[in-house]
Amino acid sequence: MALKQYETVFILTPVLSEEQAKEAVTKYTDFLKSHGAEIVHLDSWGLRKLAYPIAKKTTGFYNLVEYKATGEIVKPLEIEFKRDERILRFLTVSLDKHAIDYNDRKHKGLIGRKAQAAVAAEAPQTPA
Amino acid sequence: MATDPQIRYLNPPTVDVMRKKYCRFKKSGIKYIDYKDEKFLMKFVNEQGKLLPRRLTGTSLKYQRKVAQAVKRARHIALLPYVGDLLK
Repeated sequence: MALKQYETVFILTPVLSEEQAKEAVTKYTDFLKSHGAEIVHLDSWGLRKLAYPIAKKTTGFYNLVEYKATGEIVKPLEIEFKRDERILRFLTVSLDKHAIDYNDRKHKGLIGRKAQAAVAAEAPQTPA
Repeated sequence: MATDPQIRYLNPPTVDVMRKKYCRFKKSGIKYIDYKDEKFLMKFVNEQGKLLPRRLTGTSLKYQRKVAQAVKRARHIALLPYVGDLLK
């Protein structure tokens, strides 16, 4: 199976303390590594307000993992998510070339991508 | 106002010159719509959190589908409300 790039966002319940949240994240990154995935990017947005309450909770720890892997890893990963009661919600997305290109640019600091309209004007100034 | 003398208007007809709608994605060359970027997605959602139709936003079909998918993903991970009274 060719190596494809995936991106998983998962939300941890706010009840967790700081290190429990970190421990949960490392549990999944180790799970990914043990299954031969290469973590491209790990990001956590910290405690954020949810747009609607999930499981009676209005806030949650958002975490984002971007990794390269074969296809067979997604199913067991999601089973693991379902089994873990600390996870409120998760979403795994496969990235096409435009998405990968967008993510790389964002990591390299072209945050201007966020203001899509503005970037068309000031993109030439920032070094590509 | 060069209105037809026979027709009496209660108030002058507001003739809105037909602005040429364009697809902002094609114009600014955006290829990927990030579902995690809710500030940007809010431009395509009305006050109740419903998707705006193409005739209002003027986006082309290809990018409207990408916007729709991104908004639905954002709703799934609670970045956008399914129904809400946001940015009144």
